[in-house]
Amino acid sequence: MLQGLFLILVSSALVNNFVLSRFLGICPFLGVSQKVETAVSMGWATTLVMTVSAVVTWTLERYFLLPLGLEFLRYVVYILVIASMVQTVETVLAKTSPALHRSLGIFLPLITTNCAVLGLALLVSLKGYNIVEAAVFAVGAGLGFTLALSLLAGIRERLEWADIPAAFKGAPIVLITAGLLSMAFLGFTGLVAQ
Amino acid sequence: MNKEFIKGLWKENPTFVMLIGMCPTLAVTTAAINGVAMGLATTAVLVFANVIISSLRRVIPKAVRIPSYIVVIASLVTITDMVMAAFFPDIHKVLGLFIPLIIVNCLIMGRAEAFASKNEPKSAFWDGLGMGIGFTWALTLIGAVRELFGAGTVFGQSVFGSSYQPVILALLPPGAFITMGLIVAIFKAVELSYKRRLHHASRPVSDPGKLSVGQ
Repeated sequence: MLQGLFLILVSSALVNNFVLSRFLGICPFLGVSQKVETAVSMGWATTLVMTVSAVVTWTLERYFLLPLGLEFLRYVVYILVIASMVQTVETVLAKTSPALHRSLGIFLPLITTNCAVLGLALLVSLKGYNIVEAAVFAVGAGLGFTLALSLLAGIRERLEWADIPAAFKGAPIVLITAGLLSMAFLGFTGLVAQ
Repeated sequence: MNKEFIKGLWKENPTFVMLIGMCPTLAVTTAAINGVAMGLATTAVLVFANVIISSLRRVIPKAVRIPSYIVVIASLVTITDMVMAAFFPDIHKVLGLFIPLIIVNCLIMGRAEAFASKNEPKSAFWDGLGMGIGFTWALTLIGAVRELFGAGTVFGQSVFGSSYQPVILALLPPGAFITMGLIVAIFKAVELSYKRRLHHASRPVSDPGKLSVGQ
């Protein structure tokens, strides 16, 4: 049981990294990766929302959508859950820990349209995980997202000092850097049997 | 043809100029045909979402506009998903998870917020169609390049002959990032040289000092 959970964690964080091998959450990956500090904050905020919304959508799927035969409403329900979870997390954070809210505040609204969150909820129902597995999968995905984001941010901080050909400045060099990172993550293939 | 339609094709191209909707762009473009399919599915959702949101722009209260847009878009994606599953099951299977993820494609939300909520349905329709086709040709191009190098074919037609040793990397995840990066760089290089020539032509001959200074 524990071993299975650990495999899910490693697989979702490294082997099938959400950003670098599943292409989920590319927008924040490219958009919020200028600085390591903000990248890490964004990563934690996303991990939090992912975990909460994975558990909530799992519960709704199991006890509401499936028994009532409302599977066709899945997308609408999921995205509404995610949007309201983002709102809830923001409100709770503002009340309980203003310092954390200040550092994550501006990123929270962006998470609603982060496809990694909706993608995660859909993958959970596709893979038929139970609730514990779903939560572990979400934490692993969030950690993988945070890892990829902060790695890219670290490289981009250094790239600012590099002499880059004019045509490659901005988006192209970031995309190619991401490609090299993704290549490094290919090294994890085979770590966990799928 | 009007300017709302034209702008999405090139000048404000969602993929190569604005770099939005990157997830499907990178994920499904392992073959040209996937790019076409993903692009057209997104275009369908985008056009309908734009028209519906634009028609409802005076009805939707400002405070709840984002959730309202999300519900409209999610319903349209659900319909698109079912239509594709019924009529194009093969391509539906290939695109898989990325069909429901059209909901969170920033292109659609972005056009709803930036254009459809401020303009009448007719121009919102043309805006959606132009942006959608701009997105489609961009995805098709990336798909074609990756397919060409990764399998030696374009739209399944052999290009390099049977002796071609495919570059598998182009089809793997890193290939998506690198191909996209190179294509954007080429576009940028062309634009830079075009600008430089324009600059050159408009500048009097007596002032050559600044010519060599790039951006």
